[in-house]
Amino acid sequence: MAELNRYDNRLGIMGWLFKGRWGLERYLYILHRVTGLSILFYFLMHIVVTSLRAFDIYLWVEDGFFHQPIFRVGEYLVFLAFAFHAFNGLRLVFVELGFAVGKPIEPVYPYKTSLKTQRPLFILMMIFAFFLFAMGTYEFIVSIGKMISGG
Amino acid sequence: MSNEKIIKFHIRRYDPLKDEKPYYRTYDVPVKKGMVVLDALHYIRENLDPSLAWRYSCRMGVCGSCGMLINGSPTLACNTQIFDVSETEITIGPLPNFKIIKDLVPELSSMFEKHTKIMPFIVRDEKELDDPEGEFYLSSEQLEEFLQFTYCIKCGCCMAACPTLATDQNYIGPQPLAQAHRYNKDMRDGGRKNRNEITGSKDGAFKCHYAGECSRVCPKGVDPAKAIQIMKRQLVFDFLKIAKKQKPCEKLMGPGKGEKKNIPPAPPYTVQG
Repeated sequence: MAELNRYDNRLGIMGWLFKGRWGLERYLYILHRVTGLSILFYFLMHIVVTSLRAFDIYLWVEDGFFHQPIFRVGEYLVFLAFAFHAFNGLRLVFVELGFAVGKPIEPVYPYKTSLKTQRPLFILMMIFAFFLFAMGTYEFIVSIGKMISGG
Repeated sequence: MSNEKIIKFHIRRYDPLKDEKPYYRTYDVPVKKGMVVLDALHYIRENLDPSLAWRYSCRMGVCGSCGMLINGSPTLACNTQIFDVSETEITIGPLPNFKIIKDLVPELSSMFEKHTKIMPFIVRDEKELDDPEGEFYLSSEQLEEFLQFTYCIKCGCCMAACPTLATDQNYIGPQPLAQAHRYNKDMRDGGRKNRNEITGSKDGAFKCHYAGECSRVCPKGVDPAKAIQIMKRQLVFDFLKIAKKQKPCEKLMGPGKGEKKNIPPAPPYTVQG
């Protein structure tokens, strides 16, 4: 008998983004990856841009290419990504070493999972991240104000 | 007054003999309160389309055969009340991250192969099998260390929900890893060192980054994500050689070797026969 086709139903990258009704931690997982990749991209670009100094090109100075509000917004977004990634990363370090997930329990319906056990840690870390967000936002508003007013 | 409601079921169909790729077909099903998704599938096959294929067996959330993607969430069809999901439309597909055999039937062998790899049994000295010295004694505290993870019915819902497995098919996945932890934590077992080579490998537990979806969708409350995180700590401690030495399981006396207690004789029969 001929071998029947098997349709490969793997979600691929779509599994991170669009398919399904997922819980909070899965969205955090996606956001952690996206922010991580964007910080990495920023870091690589930063290396490239600062190495242009070797060719006497200074793009970040007062009248340089990067001295525009759009890049200040980009920098602000990188800062937000960093603040989230740092504190969510700390949560992941604790959780992935088996802390804050609780001990094994007898599963009795309605089931309580480790997701609920570690949720307070997530809230605590996001409060810390929020303080950084607030400081960064203040700095961003002041600097963009100066840039627009030409100060 | 009839309490029936017509609900649209969008079902993902795929026939390996005819179709290049899956497509959706819609069926109108009269639904009453108390009906589960499995009942609706039976209604469709008996009244609307006899060619619809899916897998089921026990109808009561024990066998783990009827795992499917119901409105975007992997779960058991026999455990899911239709009105709890939606009162208008329901979309059903086969479990993602597995190949499709036909319609809603996934090919689960990839999960079972990984499950076999992690040695899902109690590993003991072979000599003991030929010459048993006695029964193993397990206290209730020792049992609690892994009891939660023994309830796995291998339905594959956790594997379907895992975003890491969605992009990396070499990753062992939540079901086999949780089962590896279940046997590692068993005091009677001596296979942790061998299992660590698989669970601590590049495709093992450290690929899990706690999306937690496996625990959220598990129909039996097994919480694979918890098992994997605790296992990671154990792996780190084992690597650093700072893990607490697991006390060997106490043995009760073997057959014929126990002390004879002064057991009082049984009372006489109440019915003479």
